Amino acid sequence: MKTYDYTIEPDVIEKNPTLSEINDVVAAPMEAPPSNGWKVALGISFTMLIIGALSLGYSLYYGLGAWGNNQPVGWAFPIVNFVFWVGIGHAGTLISAILFLFRQKWRTGIARFAEAMTIFAVMTAGIFPLIHTGRPWLAGYLFPLPNQHGLWVNFNSPLLWDVFAVSTYFTVSLVFWYVGLIPDFAMLRDRTKKKINKFFYSLFSLGWRHSNRHWNHYEMLYLVLAGFATPLVLSVHTIVSFDFAVSILPGWHATIFPPYFVAGAVFSGFAMVQNVLIVLRKLFKMEHIITIDTLEKMNKVLLATGMMVGYAYGMEFFIAWYSGNPLESFVFINRAFGNYAWAYWIMVTCNVVFPQLFWVRKLRRNLVVMFIVGVFVNIGMWFERFVITVTSLSRDFLPSSWDYYKPTLFDFGILIGSFGLFFTLVILFIKFAPVVSISEVKGVLKSSQPHHH
Amino acid sequence: MEIDNKKLYGVGALFTSPNKVSDAAAKIAEKGYQDWDVHSSYPIHGMPKKMKLKWSPLGYFALIFGLTGTSIGLFLTYWTMSVDYPMIIGGKPSFSLPAFIPVLFELTVLLAAVGTALTMLFVLFKLPNNRHPLHDTDYMKEVSVDKSGIVVEAKDKLFNREEIIEIFKQLGADKILDINLDSDEVNYQPKILEPKFLIFLVIVAFGISFLGYFVNNKLLFMTPFNFMVDQQRLDAQSKSEFFRDGFGMRLPVEGTVARGQVYYQYKGKPELAEANLINPLVPSEKVLALGKKKYNTFCSPCHDYHGTGNGRLNGQFPNPPSLHSEKVRNWKDGHIYHIIVEGQNIMPSYALQLTEDERWSIIHYIRALQRSMNAKEEDLK
Repeated sequence: MKTYDYTIEPDVIEKNPTLSEINDVVAAPMEAPPSNGWKVALGISFTMLIIGALSLGYSLYYGLGAWGNNQPVGWAFPIVNFVFWVGIGHAGTLISAILFLFRQKWRTGIARFAEAMTIFAVMTAGIFPLIHTGRPWLAGYLFPLPNQHGLWVNFNSPLLWDVFAVSTYFTVSLVFWYVGLIPDFAMLRDRTKKKINKFFYSLFSLGWRHSNRHWNHYEMLYLVLAGFATPLVLSVHTIVSFDFAVSILPGWHATIFPPYFVAGAVFSGFAMVQNVLIVLRKLFKMEHIITIDTLEKMNKVLLATGMMVGYAYGMEFFIAWYSGNPLESFVFINRAFGNYAWAYWIMVTCNVVFPQLFWVRKLRRNLVVMFIVGVFVNIGMWFERFVITVTSLSRDFLPSSWDYYKPTLFDFGILIGSFGLFFTLVILFIKFAPVVSISEVKGVLKSSQPHHH
Repeated sequence: MEIDNKKLYGVGALFTSPNKVSDAAAKIAEKGYQDWDVHSSYPIHGMPKKMKLKWSPLGYFALIFGLTGTSIGLFLTYWTMSVDYPMIIGGKPSFSLPAFIPVLFELTVLLAAVGTALTMLFVLFKLPNNRHPLHDTDYMKEVSVDKSGIVVEAKDKLFNREEIIEIFKQLGADKILDINLDSDEVNYQPKILEPKFLIFLVIVAFGISFLGYFVNNKLLFMTPFNFMVDQQRLDAQSKSEFFRDGFGMRLPVEGTVARGQVYYQYKGKPELAEANLINPLVPSEKVLALGKKKYNTFCSPCHDYHGTGNGRLNGQFPNPPSLHSEKVRNWKDGHIYHIIVEGQNIMPSYALQLTEDERWSIIHYIRALQRSMNAKEEDLK
C-alpha cells in the first residue's frame, strides 16, 4: 500500500499563476457574454422559483389549510426547511471565519463563494418563519417595536431569540462578505472598459485605492469580524436547536441538541458548498484555484462532522434508555421502527453510512464520488430535520390525537421554490461578482510575499 | 517650477518584486516623510512595520461598540420585561437574566461587527471617495493588477521631486512616474454639504419616514383576505338545510346530561316528586325578581301575568286552568316543579328553557302571586 506524507503542505494554488492571471481568471465570467449553460441553469432555477411563488401565493390566499400541517403535527415543512437552509449557511461562516482564525490558507479559494452561499441560504431560510403564520406582513410584531397595544415581544422565548440570532447572523455575514468584496470591486473598476460597469464598480468599491495604510486597518477589521462571526455562527444553530430543546416534547427536550445541530449544520453546509464548487470550478476553469486538495480537505470535514452527527444519533438512543424515561424510549424506538422508520433509515444511511467512503483517499479525491455523497448528505440532513420534527409531534402525549403527517403538493411546491430562490441567487452572483476573493488568493501566492533572508 | 508643483499630486514608483517594495518602504519611512503610501492589490506581509504604522485601533472600537450593544440589550430586556410591561413567564422573575443572554449576545455581536466595519470605512478611510487624485491614473491601473507602488505626495514638507526620483532609482524601482492632478481636481473643493449628498439625505429621510409610517400604521393592521372571517352560521329558530330534521337548534343527544344539569329521577312519577322534592331556594328579593322575569317570559303567554289562565294567547290555545285554585294552592312545590319539567296535558316540558334554579325561582313567584289573590288578614298588617 502506498503511503502519503501529509506533513508537507501542498500549494494552495496550483500551477503557480502570476498575479495578473488571477485577475483574468476571476474577471472572465463577468466579462464574457452569458453562456448558454448559464442561461439554461438560470431558466431552470427561475422556473423552480416561480413554482414556489405560485404555491406560496395560493397558500396565503387560501389559508394554511393548503398545507399538510394539522393536529398534532403543527410544525412541519416550514420549520424543517428553515432549519435545513440555516444549516446550509453555516459552512460559509465556518470557512470564512473559523478557518481564518486557524490560519488555514486553503480556505482562500473557496471563502468568497461560501460566504455568498451563507447569505443566500439565510435569505432562503428567512422566508419560512415569515410565511409559516400565513400572514407574513405581520412579521413586524417579531421585533420590539413600540406599538399601539403597548405590548413588547417575549424575551424569554426561543422563537424570539431566533429572530435576533438569524437577523444578526444575516447582517454580520453580509458585512463580512461586503468588506471582502470592496478590494475586488476596486480591481474590477480599474480594469473594466464599459462605462456602466465602471459606475457600479466605483459605487460598490467606495473608492478603495489599494493603500497599505488602509490594508493595515483592513486586516485588523477582518480579524475582528472573524472573531465575532465564530461565536456567532455557533450561537445561531444553538438557538435554532433551542426552538426544539426548550420545549418538553420527548425527542426534543435534550441537552445534546445545540452541539448536535451545529455539527449537522456544518455537515450539510459543506456538502452544499462542495457540490456547487465542483460544478463551478469546471465551468469557469478554476481547477488550479479551487484545487482537488481543497476539495479533499472539505471531504475530510464532511467525514468528521458526519461521524459527529452519527455519534449524536447513537447518544440519543443511549440516553433514551439510560434515563429510564418510558416516554423517551418510546419516542426513539418509534423513530427507528415506527411509522416514519423509512425517513429515519434514509437519514442514517445518507448521513452516517455514505460519508464513510471518504476514509479511502482515492474516493475522497474522486469528483463523481464526492459529488454523489454530497447530494446524499444534503438529502439525509433534510430528512434529519424532518424526522426530529415530525416523529416527535405525530406521537405526542395523547394517543387519541396521534396521526400520520402527510405533506401536500403546496408543501413540495414551496420546498422546490426555496431551492429555486437559492440557486437563482447563486447563479446571478457568479455572473455579477467575483466568485473568488482576488486579494486573498493573491496574498497566498508564493511569488507575492517578501521572502526574507 | 512653482506652477508645476501645484498640479503635481506626487511621484510614484512601481515595483514588481515584493522584496524590493518592502525594503523601499522601510527606506522612505526612515527618511521621515509623512504624506506617502504604499499601494498593492493585496496586503503585503510585514508592511505596516516597515512603514512604521501604528497598531490599528479598530480592536478598541470593537470593544466599545460591543459593550454598547450589551448595554442596549440589557436596558431593552430589563425595561420592557420588568418595568414597562412586567411579565412573569414560567414562574421566573420578570427580570430573568439567563433567558436574556441570547439576545444580549446577538446585540453585542451585531453592534460590534457593524459598528467597527462602518467606523473603518467611513471614519478612518473617509470613504466613499471616488475623486481621489490616484483614481484613473496609470499608476493605479498597474497597482491593481500585479505591481506594488510607492507614492510620495507633493504636499509633504520634505518633498523634492528630483530627490525622490533619485531615491526611487536607487531602490530599484521598475518605473518612476509623476502623478498629476486633472484640471477639475485642481479646482475641486471637497465639502460635506454637496447637493448630491443633500439630495441623498432627503431621499433617505423621506424613505425611512414613509416606511416607518407604513409599517406601524398600515402593514401591521392589514387584513387583505378576510373572507375567512365570514363563517356560515344559522340564527336561532331558523331552518337548517344541513340537518335532516330541518331544525337549526339541536337537542341534546339521547341519554346524555349536559354540563351543569342534573338527571331528573322522577320521570312520570308526580307523587314521588311531590313527596321528595323540596325547594332549595329561600324567597329573597333576588330570587323573586328572577322568578318574575322567567315567569313573564315563559309562563305568562298562556297563564297570564297574574296566573289567571287568561293569557295573551287566548283564542289560539285553550286557556289553562287558573293557578289560584284550591288544588294548585295546596300542591307542594315538588308537584309544580314536576309539571315544569315534564309538562302536563297540552303544556310541553320547559326543562330545556329553564335551569334548575330558574324553575325553583318561578315556583316562589307563583306562590307570591297566589298569596296576592288570597291574602290573609295578617298580610295587611
